[in-house]
Amino acid sequence: MDWVNVAIQGVLLGGLYALFATGLALVFGVMRMVNLAHGDLGILAAFVALFLFQSLHLGVMWSGLVTIAIMFVVGYLLQRGLLNFTLGSDDTRPIVVTFGLSIIIQNGLIMWFSADSQGLDAGQIENISIRISDKLSIGWFPLLVFVTSIVVIALLQTFLNRTKLGRAFRATSDDREAAELMGIDNRHIYGLAMAIALAIVALAGILLAVRTTFDPTQGPFRLIFAFEAVIMGGMGSIWGTLVGAIVLGLSQTLGSQAFGSGWGLLVGHLVFLTVLAVRPSGFFAKTVTA
Amino acid sequence: MSAPAFRIARSTRMHRYVLVVGVLIVVVLASFPLWAQVSFMRTMVTFFTLLALAQMWNLLGGYAGLISVGQQAYIGLGAYGLWLIGDVIGLHPFIAVILAGGLAVLVALPIAPLIFRLRGGYFAIGTWVVAEVVRLIVANIQATGGGSGKTVISAARLPIDTRINGTYLLALFVAVGSILLVYFLLRSRLGLALTAIRDNELAAQSSGVNVFRSKLYVYLISAFGCGVIGAVVAMNLLRIQPAAAFSISWTAYAMFIVVIGGFGSIEGPIIGTVIYFALLQTLSQYGTTYMLLLGVIAVVIATKAPRGLWGFIAKRWDVHLFPVRRRLVLEEPPKPESPAAAGASGPVAEAS
Amino acid sequence: MSVLELQDVDVFYGDFQALFKVSFKVEEGQTFACIGANGGGKSTLLRTIAGLQRPASGQILFQGEPVDKYPAHDRVGMGIALVPEGRRVFPSLTVFENLQIGAYGGRKGEWNTGSVMELFPLLRPLVKRQASSLSGGEQQALAIGRALMSNPRLLLLDEVSLGLAPVVIKRIYEAMVLLVGTGTTILVVEQDVQHVLTVADHVACFLEGRISLEGKPSDLSSEAITAAYFGM
Repeated sequence: MDWVNVAIQGVLLGGLYALFATGLALVFGVMRMVNLAHGDLGILAAFVALFLFQSLHLGVMWSGLVTIAIMFVVGYLLQRGLLNFTLGSDDTRPIVVTFGLSIIIQNGLIMWFSADSQGLDAGQIENISIRISDKLSIGWFPLLVFVTSIVVIALLQTFLNRTKLGRAFRATSDDREAAELMGIDNRHIYGLAMAIALAIVALAGILLAVRTTFDPTQGPFRLIFAFEAVIMGGMGSIWGTLVGAIVLGLSQTLGSQAFGSGWGLLVGHLVFLTVLAVRPSGFFAKTVTA
Repeated sequence: MSAPAFRIARSTRMHRYVLVVGVLIVVVLASFPLWAQVSFMRTMVTFFTLLALAQMWNLLGGYAGLISVGQQAYIGLGAYGLWLIGDVIGLHPFIAVILAGGLAVLVALPIAPLIFRLRGGYFAIGTWVVAEVVRLIVANIQATGGGSGKTVISAARLPIDTRINGTYLLALFVAVGSILLVYFLLRSRLGLALTAIRDNELAAQSSGVNVFRSKLYVYLISAFGCGVIGAVVAMNLLRIQPAAAFSISWTAYAMFIVVIGGFGSIEGPIIGTVIYFALLQTLSQYGTTYMLLLGVIAVVIATKAPRGLWGFIAKRWDVHLFPVRRRLVLEEPPKPESPAAAGASGPVAEAS
Repeated sequence: MSVLELQDVDVFYGDFQALFKVSFKVEEGQTFACIGANGGGKSTLLRTIAGLQRPASGQILFQGEPVDKYPAHDRVGMGIALVPEGRRVFPSLTVFENLQIGAYGGRKGEWNTGSVMELFPLLRPLVKRQASSLSGGEQQALAIGRALMSNPRLLLLDEVSLGLAPVVIKRIYEAMVLLVGTGTTILVVEQDVQHVLTVADHVACFLEGRISLEGKPSDLSSEAITAAYFGM
């Protein structure tokens, strides 16, 4: 029965990974850009929330909501103020610039907050478990995170499929120039896409902060897990990203259980590499070209 | 009008001067063991390894257009390779340094076809994943010393003079070697293929260039180079630890150097290393501030001056120190049929 | 006041000059045809009017006002709509969504999904289909309909018959006649001279970036047109 518990934990962990991954997939889908600072921005959000919580004594929820709003604005400004200028036919520039950004954020956080591990204390909620049966229990908070990820993805999908602006996103993603001819200003669309992506990754970072400890150097790990989820899920499919994230979470927890705690992450990576070898376009690819 | 006689030229007179100056510099550097201080030589080892690393990273990123954020995998493998071949197998450490590069290539071989399925930014993160995987494996196996690493005993046991001078000369050899490697590579067919791929991959493929194989060769060469560099670093430090050997900082340094100095040229990484090194010596005591500053400079330059410092110089004054470009030289002036053709002689067109 | 006026417009593609001091006027309600061989600069002309490219010198006046400082996404709201070369419908959107997006930055007017589908009845059964699964002729109809959704004052059509079977071209031009009948000002670029001259009331022939011949189709002999087309 231990295995079932572990498996459930893995699935729920996938929810957190999916939240990290969704923003990355959205940005790539709309502007074909991979943001290497994506994970670090999520960690940045966690620190912002921590700051609001500790220094301004806002409650955890208010700290979280304000942080998400802040990161939304940061995303828009970052895209329009810097990243839009790196886009073009040369796809090496966004990689270099966002990598530089990653270094800046990590070192900036170390300078401001120190390299120590931190945690966001949400009180009892972190520890409550739901008993399903004698040997089976599910953590309340991980379940909450998982449900949140489903809700967020559903909302995003609805936004893309059923709203005028969402249509504009999809059109811009299909054909940037033709979208301009429809009256769509792609600088603005890109800005909004990044804003939404950062709002979601901020939510992910905050939930991470509550669930476990974090420190300024965690960003790249978050990025890697998000990336693995997106690739496994298949590009162009946001629900696919959730599936990829769940597969990753499962691999990690089952791997930890089977081989010891140091090996969990490695098993996750190996599963990813296997999927990349066997089914490179992912489980649910809509577009076959990368 | 008959086609004018022409030849493809590479060097100009300036290139010959550069060659002479270059050889002189290398000779002077090679003489350091005779008179320079130990601490100075150790600093120079760092300089040489950074220069070589920048060349290897640029080979992938600047010439093949493959930005890798995971070359530290091969640096670390090279370091552990030194220990494996020098300590465990028992070969002389100086030989082990070169063979360590081979170990890196062995690992790179099966990896390449896997990550080449990814493009652009996703390729970059893919290389990072590979580095993470290697690090995790090495850090979790007891045989390689786990998280606390190993001491390179075979190197530590060498007489101190031999070790210090030998490491220095090895590092110099690796630095010069990396420059020569890139130089000859670019003059070869592979180099031409790379330029074509970088400009337009689809067009290159339809012109008969085997894109996959070209990328593979470059990836393997870069892996080899990074492996040797890692071994030299390990030789210099005598101690290997997974966190340091596989640190992302290696990529950060290489990227910074190439961004500042200039992508896609041999001169760029040289200039970039000099600048980076100067900054390192003056600011390194500031630790995190220093890295933050690096990041800011890299972002600003990548956005505003994407060709880097050397790119700016080369464009402005049309200077190229290394004769890798091919120029069309007319042997004799074409018979003037129209006023426009009269007076045309000598170098007519440049193609890189 | 003409709907569109170009004054000495030069346009470059990198180092290559595509248009040389091009000047002409398009009046309200006219159907103005630009013909000419490939490379004559006709597509560049439309793209520049739509704002996807900037002239190196010269001026473009739309309803008397210079438009050069407005980016492409602003020009739709002003009333300029381009049906680009190659149709370029949005492949992942449905037919209906393509029409909807056409109205995104546009103006109020008579054109809506209903009236567009009256003009192109072939689109009606395809409403929910993904645009990528449409045939060339269907995509062309969709592209024109999409542009109409913005209720343009000036409709720019770029090579609508390119790559289409003759029977499909015939149907497109039948719709075109109806379109002309509504009084919309149209600037149409075409390689298919025969068809476009049946709907145009003014024609300009482009040769290597310059206008080689201009006038009413009824005034110009087919020999003159052929000569201007091929530069003889």
